[in-house]
Amino acid sequence: MATLEHSAPAPVTDHAATSTGLPHLKLAMWLFLASDCLLFGALISTYVLYRGASTVGPYPADVFDIPFTSVSSFVLLASSLTMVLALAAIQRGDVGRSRVWLLATALLGMAFLGGQVYEFTSFVSEGLTLKTNVFGTSFYVLTGFHGTHVAVGVLMLLTVFTLSFAGKINQDSSMTVEIVGLYWHFVDIVWIVIFTVVYLIPTGNPAGG
Amino acid sequence: MAETHVDDPGSQTHAPAPHSGRHPGPREYIRIAIILGVITAAEVAIYYIEGAKDFLIPVLFFFSFVKFVLVVLWFMHLRFDSRTYARFFVMGLAGAVTLFLIVLLTFQVFSS
Repeated sequence: MATLEHSAPAPVTDHAATSTGLPHLKLAMWLFLASDCLLFGALISTYVLYRGASTVGPYPADVFDIPFTSVSSFVLLASSLTMVLALAAIQRGDVGRSRVWLLATALLGMAFLGGQVYEFTSFVSEGLTLKTNVFGTSFYVLTGFHGTHVAVGVLMLLTVFTLSFAGKINQDSSMTVEIVGLYWHFVDIVWIVIFTVVYLIPTGNPAGG
Repeated sequence: MAETHVDDPGSQTHAPAPHSGRHPGPREYIRIAIILGVITAAEVAIYYIEGAKDFLIPVLFFFSFVKFVLVVLWFMHLRFDSRTYARFFVMGLAGAVTLFLIVLLTFQVFSS
């Protein structure tokens, strides 16, 4: 039987009364995430559409380094954990610990971005650019958009981290951390799909992995 | 199914919001993170198993789906929050899947 620990009550004081009874900011974030699903749906569809259609290399199997990307995936998953720990801490009123977890999340996000920059650099050095073939185009556009989302998330995290020193992030305004967290977890679930569809599923290319 | 207990007695002074449930505690989050890590390790392991090539794609999709659902339900709190949020998200997700299928059907990817 599963045991749920409910240590942090949902905040009640950080939003004005609304017609829905729900905080509009959080509702707006969910609406934004729903629309972002369509953006990534289009990008992933394009990648799948052109999968195995490249007539010249390098092909995915020539450039992908699965162990390296797996480590990047673990880093992003770990950042989702630190993000929820930051939220749990702020909901308990523990601003100090929340700050530590927020910074840890931002650092893990930066580590993921560093890995992506390294990966892109090594791919380019192996001859795969945005214009080399359809694999290069669809791969860089999809993962580049995801990386941009991660970079925006890191900026949001660092902003919240800085605001906490000005006393603007506390138990009553924990909704701010929750909203940033929703965005961060969305970036994580998009990567879960990208990691499977782009990296792990073999392509139809003769040289594909 | 779920047994509920409170880690921080002081937090009981706050009444829960009318449309949002209580969120899990750190231990539950860590448990979910461990499950996610194990599934990711399994995904990578199965990628290297030669004998698993025949059922690699369905297994990878299954693992990916489980990870996706765990993050959305626990880390994004859809299991605990108002269903209105879930409706919004499912609407976007359904749109994305529809878009995916329309694109692939239009270009006859499945027939090739």
